[in-house]
Amino acid sequence: MERLLDIKNLKTSFFTHVGEVKAVRGVSFHLDKGEALGIVGESGSGKSITMMSVMRLLADNGKIVDGEIWFDGRDLASLSENEMQKIRGNEIGMIFQDPMTSLNPVLTVGDQLTEPLLKHKKMPKEEAYKRAVEMLRLVGIPSPEKRIKQYPHEFSGGMRQRVMIAMALINEPKLLIADEPTTALDVTIQAQILELMKDLKSKINTSIILITHDLGVVADVCNRINVMYGGLIVETGKTSDIFYNPKHPYTWGLLRSVPNPKTLVKERLKPIDGQPPDLLKPPAGCPFAPRCEYAMRVCMTHMPPLFEVGENHKAACWLNHPDAPKVEAPVGRRHE
Amino acid sequence: MMENKKALISIKNLKMYFPIKKGLFGRQVSYVKAVDDVSFEIMKGETLGLVGESGCGKTTTGRTIIKLYEPTSGEIIYDGVDIAKFTPNQMLPYRKKMQMIFQDPYASLNPRMTVADIIGEAIDIHKLMTGKERMERIHYLLNVVGLNSEHANRYPHEFSGGQRQRIGIARALAVQPEFIICDEPISALDVSIQAQVVNMLEDLQRDFGLTYLFIAHDLSMVKHISNRVGVMYLGKMVELAESNELYTKPLHPYTQALLSAIPIPDPDEAMSKKRIVLEGEIPSPIDPPPGCRFKGRCKYAKPICSEQDPVFKDVGGGHMVACHLY
Repeated sequence: MERLLDIKNLKTSFFTHVGEVKAVRGVSFHLDKGEALGIVGESGSGKSITMMSVMRLLADNGKIVDGEIWFDGRDLASLSENEMQKIRGNEIGMIFQDPMTSLNPVLTVGDQLTEPLLKHKKMPKEEAYKRAVEMLRLVGIPSPEKRIKQYPHEFSGGMRQRVMIAMALINEPKLLIADEPTTALDVTIQAQILELMKDLKSKINTSIILITHDLGVVADVCNRINVMYGGLIVETGKTSDIFYNPKHPYTWGLLRSVPNPKTLVKERLKPIDGQPPDLLKPPAGCPFAPRCEYAMRVCMTHMPPLFEVGENHKAACWLNHPDAPKVEAPVGRRHE
Repeated sequence: MMENKKALISIKNLKMYFPIKKGLFGRQVSYVKAVDDVSFEIMKGETLGLVGESGCGKTTTGRTIIKLYEPTSGEIIYDGVDIAKFTPNQMLPYRKKMQMIFQDPYASLNPRMTVADIIGEAIDIHKLMTGKERMERIHYLLNVVGLNSEHANRYPHEFSGGQRQRIGIARALAVQPEFIICDEPISALDVSIQAQVVNMLEDLQRDFGLTYLFIAHDLSMVKHISNRVGVMYLGKMVELAESNELYTKPLHPYTQALLSAIPIPDPDEAMSKKRIVLEGEIPSPIDPPPGCRFKGRCKYAKPICSEQDPVFKDVGGGHMVACHLY
């Protein structure tokens, strides 16, 4: 497999009037061509900020403090804004969470869809419109010739999200970043969009990074998963490893806090007690230690490294140290 | 176990139409039929789940039951009394029995009031307690929802989403209600916090003998918390059954599609699952055509479906469905 994206020790901070918020605190991962990677974690875990750093779309007070972002042979962290603009919407496409606010209400859908073609490919207008109609048809919008002349308010939520996907994919980017693409949608529309993304991945061989807090969505779409907590990757591995053989107590907690719709016996949910850490004053040890029922003394003072726990499977938890007590995972076995 | 229980609330042929007005003089041109002839019962002590896509009328149903809207027609029988036509004054004693928890924990708390005043407001309105007794009650309620007494003098912005939802729950509990409508109480919260709030709602139900109407679009969570679940589509109740029954043997084609769309947090099952992908989207509730509302997206649609409204009937064991197939 050819490597498309390689992130090395990325650190991103926001400088606010109360101090430095360390949103991403040293994250390394890679993505191969044609692969779908899921990033899961709760709000404030740094999952969106990691990808905003890759796109270099941070707010004014946000800054990449350290690290490298290698994309197709270039370090995005060191490119100028002009050079970045040639990559955004061209080589990297992005879908945002809220389809209601991500489209420009005063431009027709056609104007917005053709913009990347006119700007990056210098395509003649007529040809660009033809391509846009084709793209709308591909994402499943009926009578695209008519719809392309309409404005965003004439589209429903699911339709707008399809337009966003069409726009992100129109230049056939090498990488598609989807930040909670289905969170604002109903389950039936979500199912349509997920099928569409899987379909497009196989048709135009785009690599996908899917950011979500919904474990059901990643189980369906992704080959690999990064679990993030407190600005760090706490576990990474193949989708089956994360679901069936998880090695980090936070992953255990996530898996246990969602009800399985298949079970007929009513079991009490097992929430993760407490609150996520304050990244203004990040803890010295493991960020999950204060909420972890297995926490040891070392967890409070020393940050665990990412232990190798299997083939391409790593977990940042001291329980995986050879000298640590053996703890059986409370979740993860395949349901028979 | 539910058979011998008494109905706390019976909804009969409830309709909630919103007029659409046009032009300078507000000429009324048509109606949005948000809730159109819905009947069901909520038993004492049970949790009834209500699911459906946005725009199906589930929230409007909840709000009409608690009379935040004036119903167009139909009966809302609470403990033997029809409250559908009650005036606000007549409603006052019932407002103490029925409370609501809202979806957005950021918008549903007044940012200028302290937590104590937010929780105490209903106590003041109903003149239940004053002074020291009132303050003790507020502290007690804060403890019940897992916060502590020191939080009483703080403002909502000092709390996280999950904590705010706890404040909203404490406010609903303040007047010792019998019945609480939970309108998407967890959809704005993180997964790990959702489980905390759901467990707390279950504990409160056990401790205070509460009855819930739980409205949500997260189908796995609704199944987890509810005894029975009702499915709505475009203003109509299309299916209602005991929750395991509904999830294992869905009868209505819409319920089948809705359930098959749930993403399952299990990669092997996600791979092997066959999904019924519904074509198109939910049609407009403005003057919907006669017959079954779902016929345009239904693969089993027959000529009769466009001619006749399917009757919402019991097909055995309390499993209700409105479909011409049964």
